[in-house]
Amino acid sequence: MSVFAFYLFAISAITGGLFTVVSRQPVHSVLWLILAFISSAGLFVLLGAEFVAMLLVIVYVGAVAVLFLFVVMMLDVDFAELKAEMARYMPLALLIGLVILMQFVIAFGSWESAQDVAANISQPMPDGRHNTEALGLIIYDQYFLLFQLSGLILLVAMIGAIVLTLRHRKDVKRQDVLAQMYRDPAKAMELKDIKPGQGL
Amino acid sequence: MQADLSVILPEIILAVFSMAALLVAVYTVKDKLAPMLVWVTAALMVVLGIWIGTSGSGATEAFGGMFVDDAFSRFAKVAILFSAAAVMVMGQDYMSKRGMLRFEYPILIALSAIGMMVMVSAGDLMALYMGLELQSLALYVVAALRRDSVKSTEAGLKYFVLGALSSGLLLYGASLVYGFAGTTLFSGIIEVAQHGEVTVGLLFGIVFLISGMAFKVSAVPFHMWTPDVYEGAPTPVTAFFASAPKVAAMALFARVLHDAFGYAVEDWSQIIALLSVLSMFLGAVAAIGQTDLKRLMAYSSIAHMGYALIGLAAGTALGIQALLIYMSIYVAMNIGTFAFIMMLHRDGKAVTDISALNQYAKREPGRALGMLVLLFSLAGVPPMLGFFGKFFVLRAAVEANMTWLAIAGVIASVIGAYYYLRIVFLMYFGADADDVETSRSPVLLAFFTAGAALMLIGVITTFGVEGAAAAAAAMLVR
Repeated sequence: MSVFAFYLFAISAITGGLFTVVSRQPVHSVLWLILAFISSAGLFVLLGAEFVAMLLVIVYVGAVAVLFLFVVMMLDVDFAELKAEMARYMPLALLIGLVILMQFVIAFGSWESAQDVAANISQPMPDGRHNTEALGLIIYDQYFLLFQLSGLILLVAMIGAIVLTLRHRKDVKRQDVLAQMYRDPAKAMELKDIKPGQGL
Repeated sequence: MQADLSVILPEIILAVFSMAALLVAVYTVKDKLAPMLVWVTAALMVVLGIWIGTSGSGATEAFGGMFVDDAFSRFAKVAILFSAAAVMVMGQDYMSKRGMLRFEYPILIALSAIGMMVMVSAGDLMALYMGLELQSLALYVVAALRRDSVKSTEAGLKYFVLGALSSGLLLYGASLVYGFAGTTLFSGIIEVAQHGEVTVGLLFGIVFLISGMAFKVSAVPFHMWTPDVYEGAPTPVTAFFASAPKVAAMALFARVLHDAFGYAVEDWSQIIALLSVLSMFLGAVAAIGQTDLKRLMAYSSIAHMGYALIGLAAGTALGIQALLIYMSIYVAMNIGTFAFIMMLHRDGKAVTDISALNQYAKREPGRALGMLVLLFSLAGVPPMLGFFGKFFVLRAAVEANMTWLAIAGVIASVIGAYYYLRIVFLMYFGADADDVETSRSPVLLAFFTAGAALMLIGVITTFGVEGAAAAAAAMLVR
């Protein structure tokens, strides 16, 4: 049963990846990408990593793919023109792809792991622990350095996005909360007592 | 944990500093703080560099072997920190005059320096990738720093897309290696590879890892991004690209190949030798037609990476020592040359065209002489330091029974000498004089003079670089 499920998910992941690249409609590409994400999530479930599978669905399908959809719909890119450009290099690309594919067949046909690999690939999840608990133990303990480094990478990404896109416009009126709070009737209003029958 | 953290203390200090600087700058005067921030960051980097260089001995592992602090990583870190600080200070005046000095610039450079320090200390494929990604992500952003210029934006985007592709190659190689060895630790991989032969699967992994890293050092055939990115990025950023990241990537290359695949030297040394020969020849031949100084420096850096790779291809301790010495000399030459390029301007606009140097020696004899020394050194003309760098790597190749590689290196260097000497020819015997002006910035002049002087003084004394490189190489090669 699990072998059947593995091949099902694997084939649909590959199909999804393939059609992401070749489909004509960019929106269809994103939908195929979602299929690839969901199939990979299925593969993670088969491995017993339910938490990672859920993350993949929530983060990638829920957030990233939806963002992609928005980008594709809002950017006015002529994909047909891009494709035409790509078609010129297609024969060469196909040739290189074919050569690499054949090499991979050789590599995986004679695939063998080193002798002591079985000992090295220790059970990622200690007995009697939840998925999330085991993951937390690894991330915050053994892989502490990597975890912090990925934090720094995200910081760089954030700084980069702001540096490259934020433009301060001088002519925009901004809300100044403090100035608003310090306003009082005495400063903001002037009361005038106007005598009847007289103008200002 | 305490002991682990004390090993990465320099990285922690730099990280905390950059985050604090970010907060301070955002909440106060923003870009007006930038010039000061450049100097403070550079000063901190120099202090950290001196500290790393003088303290510590032997090899310490932290985080279960993921982070290695040894003589090799210390050598590379000192080179990275010093060159990053030098380039940052050098470009400060140039960038503020053209209104592109933003306070994020020194912070991004500091963050990418952290990435480089992790790269050269990596003892694990995952730590390697994290460091690599941290440094490249910051580099993509600084390449596009002049966001109103199409060329700069294009440089950033091109670098980003091709960088992502190379990261993909590298990760795929890492996954193949993991599939073979069952561990991502270098110490684990080398242990597994020790028994039995190198299988096809592992070889594939090594090839993909090498491709990914060859992109970062811009070795042929993974060099396509280099000329465009060098030309498009602001000149101080180009100077940075040509110094610290190259040292870091080269050191990472050496570390992975020796620490993880030290028992398969014959298998990867041919690949590296091929990359090296291609880089030397393409760098030498393609530069001949260039008329832009920055593009020329890009091809020159491709060729120089080819020479440095000879040291790696030798696969011996002598080769690694030659590689480290070569990279140190290369960085010093580049800092001097880029200081000169930054000095040239016409009506406040930067000039990078070679023809601007026509009869330059008549107007600025002193600077022309300094540039002559630097160019001779880049070309590898005997009395200058650049010659000894080449001599070291070629000797390492000969002693490792790769005489053909050494001969190829000599031929390529003769071809390459043409375009360096052509600039010298233009400066002294050019046809009609150009009206290019030279900036009087004392900082640029100081770095330019120091770079040129080093090319002469370095021949007499290498300030202990040679000994340190030997110690570093002995630590790496088993």
